[in-house]
Amino acid sequence: MSVVNQPQRSGERAPDDSGRATAEFEPRITAFVCNWCTYTGADLAGTSRLHMASNVRIIRLPCTGRIDHVFIVKAFERGADGVIVSGCHPADCHYTAGNYHARRRFGVFRELLSFLGVDPERLTFSWVSASEGGKWADVVNETIERVRRLGPFDSYHGLAGAATPADDPFARFEMPAGATGGTAAAPADGHDAASQAPSGTGDAS
Amino acid sequence: MTLAYYPGCSMHGTSREYEESLLAVAAALELGLTEIADWSCCGASSAHAADHLLGVALPARNLALAEAQGADEVLAPCAACYNRLSGAVHAVAEEPGMAAKVPEVLGRAFANSVRVLSIVELLQGLAPVIEERVAARLEPNPLEHLNIAAYWGCLLVRPAAITGFDDAERPTGMDDVISACSANPVSWNMAVECCGGAFSVSRTSSVLRLSRAIIEDARHCGADAILAACPLCHANLDFRQSAMSLRGEPPMPVLYITQLVGLALGLPMAALGFERHFVDTQPLFARLAREAEKAAAAAAERDAAKAARAAAKAGAS
Amino acid sequence: MSRIGVFICHCGENIARTVDCGAVAEALREHPGVVVAEDYKYMCSDPGQQLIKKAIADNDLTGVVVCACSPHMHEKTFRRAAAQAGLNPFVVEMANIREHCSWIHDDRGEATAKAIDTARTIVEKVKHNKPLQTIRIPVTKRALVIGGGIAGIQAALDIADGGHEVVLVEKEASIGGHMSQLSETFPTLDCSQCILTPRMVEAYQHPRIKLYTWSEVEKVDGYIGNFSVTIRRKARSVDEDLCNGCGDCQAACPSRRIDSEFDAGLSRRPAIYTPFPQAVPNMPVLDREHCTLFKGRRKGLAKDACGKCKETCLKGAIDYDGQDTFVTEEIGAIVVATGFQLYDIGREQPAGLKGYGEYGYGEVPDVIDGLQFERLASASGPTGGEMLRPSDGAEPKTVVFVKCVGSRDPEKGMSYCSKICCMYTAKHTMLYKHKVHDGRAVVFYMDIRAAGKGYDEFSRRAIEEDGAEYIRGRVSRIFRDGDKVKVWGYDTLSHRQVVVDADMVVLATAVRPQPGIGELAQKLSVSYDQDGFLNEAHPKLRPVETNTAGVYLAGACQAPRDIPESVAMAGATAAKVLGLFSADELERDPSVALVDERTCIGCFNCEHVCPYGAIEHRDVCDMEGHVCGHVAYVNPGVCQGCGTCVAVCPSKSVELAGFTDDQVYAEINALAGW
Repeated sequence: MSVVNQPQRSGERAPDDSGRATAEFEPRITAFVCNWCTYTGADLAGTSRLHMASNVRIIRLPCTGRIDHVFIVKAFERGADGVIVSGCHPADCHYTAGNYHARRRFGVFRELLSFLGVDPERLTFSWVSASEGGKWADVVNETIERVRRLGPFDSYHGLAGAATPADDPFARFEMPAGATGGTAAAPADGHDAASQAPSGTGDAS
Repeated sequence: MTLAYYPGCSMHGTSREYEESLLAVAAALELGLTEIADWSCCGASSAHAADHLLGVALPARNLALAEAQGADEVLAPCAACYNRLSGAVHAVAEEPGMAAKVPEVLGRAFANSVRVLSIVELLQGLAPVIEERVAARLEPNPLEHLNIAAYWGCLLVRPAAITGFDDAERPTGMDDVISACSANPVSWNMAVECCGGAFSVSRTSSVLRLSRAIIEDARHCGADAILAACPLCHANLDFRQSAMSLRGEPPMPVLYITQLVGLALGLPMAALGFERHFVDTQPLFARLAREAEKAAAAAAERDAAKAARAAAKAGAS
Repeated sequence: MSRIGVFICHCGENIARTVDCGAVAEALREHPGVVVAEDYKYMCSDPGQQLIKKAIADNDLTGVVVCACSPHMHEKTFRRAAAQAGLNPFVVEMANIREHCSWIHDDRGEATAKAIDTARTIVEKVKHNKPLQTIRIPVTKRALVIGGGIAGIQAALDIADGGHEVVLVEKEASIGGHMSQLSETFPTLDCSQCILTPRMVEAYQHPRIKLYTWSEVEKVDGYIGNFSVTIRRKARSVDEDLCNGCGDCQAACPSRRIDSEFDAGLSRRPAIYTPFPQAVPNMPVLDREHCTLFKGRRKGLAKDACGKCKETCLKGAIDYDGQDTFVTEEIGAIVVATGFQLYDIGREQPAGLKGYGEYGYGEVPDVIDGLQFERLASASGPTGGEMLRPSDGAEPKTVVFVKCVGSRDPEKGMSYCSKICCMYTAKHTMLYKHKVHDGRAVVFYMDIRAAGKGYDEFSRRAIEEDGAEYIRGRVSRIFRDGDKVKVWGYDTLSHRQVVVDADMVVLATAVRPQPGIGELAQKLSVSYDQDGFLNEAHPKLRPVETNTAGVYLAGACQAPRDIPESVAMAGATAAKVLGLFSADELERDPSVALVDERTCIGCFNCEHVCPYGAIEHRDVCDMEGHVCGHVAYVNPGVCQGCGTCVAVCPSKSVELAGFTDDQVYAEINALAGW
């Protein structure tokens, strides 16, 4: 299903990582935000002309409850160095409880993220209300700074192209025949390898 | 389940009858009480007023000793000791940094694993056993005629967060014990009021005023005696009674809860330390015994009459 | 094959200052699937919209992306424009290059690059957008009002006067609620019944109000505009059509020692009774729990133990064999007005609550609560309005009033302020002093909260003109002392212990929601707070709506409320209901979830997380028509489109229109290696 869809673009902008690990490294951040609080808060940051770094791309969803955590894995797989998830404050959810479900899922998901070899520091989970334009700017800037320190996220990057088995960190796991290199969980016996999988030593170097 | 026993200063001093009756009851109910070796003062009314850490560390030392001795529970019959020991358990569990600081101060390991039991909790838990033993006794039971007011005092139930009785303002545990002993709990108003406590020496007049109000309300509500579970309360109500101007009313006997249970179990009064009281309990028990005998005689008469009627009926048919 | 048009707005200088709009258009023109990309100074202006409309017609576009401001600003504008050009409005999306780009960045190169990325992302999304149709649902123009107190009566009257039918359900035998028990009301001291009774009669006689007393809501199905409500009509044992309210049955009843609910336990009533003389409908009900005949039947007696009321009734209206019946009403909107109860602070409490044994309520007869005082002060009360205390009928010369009993006490009682007690206690002191001129009224209070029109003046009057003694402090113990009631308190202003030998004590106990509110809330899928009060949709902006569309709140079921507030809320709910009823059909955003029945495994995870109760069970049948399983179905009338169900579906069988997995992944993929 769509989880393993390849990008629809024709490849005219194939991932190019040359020079990304230099001093001028600019992290790429994908943000999943809810329509009612954080998106509106980001709008307010705009109307208040609060300047911030331009490294964040926002994907608008109705509610953080809508966020399937595969979205986040997918974002990392497609080249994001960091991900922000932000919604309404507890008890302020436009849909009553979507943010609580999201919060619970992400409590569990953080663990899974390290299992997948992604430093959980690359993921920011925050509450930004419609009146907190300033907080949104802070979340953006802080996340960028943190991810900048962590350096580029490359270990999964090869997955998108899956060019050669040598480039594919999953190639270390024996995938069953017929399984595609998606983001589905690694086989159980791959646990050791996964927990050792260092970030930043993958394909690109 | 190992039950350690923390006597505290009173049990070996001013309230020896409390300890005597406790040990007698414990033996009768086959409770293995092991006194904590090398126990020290809990700090009572002074330590926590002087320094919070001291107020926690002094009782914690005794809890640590109990732990080292392998106890799961510690019985603190004195209400003040109970208050300090459970206060320490609470402080170590809840206050940030206290769990690390206390072992450091004590110079010994302390896991805060021991549960502190008051005498009421212990006896309330044993109420079914007591009730069974009372029911098994054949002779007329004078306690059935005893109306007694359960006096908790302040330290046993407060603060509610530490002690955890059903209702800090209207607790019921002592009434359960009274009922198990086949005596009658009296509904009254002063069950958790203060007797004056440790001011017994420094502000005796206040203690007299407060304790008198308690005794008067008990009498007013129909009590023959007051039941205490605290050495200090007992001292104030019993020892200070002679100094109160009780408007010519007869003195009010004050019993320890363990003495009542001992009587209910049929232990001899001599083993329960009654002779140490200032207010003589003999007139009360003599009256109760008379009432019991009278009641027994009346019952026997009724039974005889009934048997006669039955016999007459059988003869007639 | 997608044919997408991209339209980049300069927003005057707002965007163009930092974003090179021409470069964005040029880049997008090269993007696969884009057939036209234009930039223009003001896209939202009429010529701008014309430009889009023309492009749609000329290029036969399948999707439109407008790169401009926030969709919260102009999405509707551009969707409307596209619809006018014959395009489905839901294939139009906006890329936010103003608030999220030009306004927050300085560097023209960076901002332009970001604008291009953002536009491309939305283009990829729009490739997966499907034409959607606005959901239209029919509206049944009948309202249900649950609860016949002042709030319910007012809501029913306002809706009925607005021209629509109302079904008013009351669980007691008469409407009127707590207000009918009050003696006089603050801050005007006018007689409660005098202002309430005409409204009760009006509601009863209104041609568009159908009144069910002695009835309860059993079941609620459906959704906004289309509820189907089952009402349990409890067996009244009195035929409502035959009874003429003469009262002979009540006079004949031999069981006369039952505590009167209306008099808050201060008087006795027979087993067959009309709750109070002004009851509406003025018709008795037989209390089967206390009736001698029914007690006998429960014991299994072969012969009925009584039957006096039936013998007396000349109309033959008494029916001992009637059972509960059920009626189903088709309803479009529901107003909940179930009101409150006072915290019964006696020693015995249900699980989760604590008693205030130290106050002697329930044990000392002269310790009463606020409602009991209302009955003592009321001309229709057990003493005929004379101030006499319950124990011995003597006139109390000293009355102590204790406020905040069980309120503002997170340790033991309720943490909230019950709101009405400050005012009614001030009123009580005045009523008392007006009847016992030489009496002493002592009030223990924490704060005087008298916010409201004329309220502070009123409570000042109690102190200054009527001489009520206000002592700031709490009461620690109340007990009987001979024929007095001893009150131990503390004055925190003078730091002194206060002991009052009172003749009577009135406790202003906390206001709590009605018992059974939890079950009713579940039937209505309305949430409630930790204290049991029903939750409004938004505490400030939607105070009478709930998160369940079509269900509204009036009065003290939502929080402690006084009469003016309850009436105002009732009017507000009526306005909401009349607004809903003003159209024949309800239009809904089609952004709702849809279950694929072919892949649904029937785990109903979605049902557990849905905040709106929109998930229904659908039978799956085999070839012969036998039910062989269940799948989920999302009711589009109830779904609000949060998408929480989508994220928890293990078989990926739910999609949220407008935010499908395909659309979101297309956006994520579009961001690859920007």
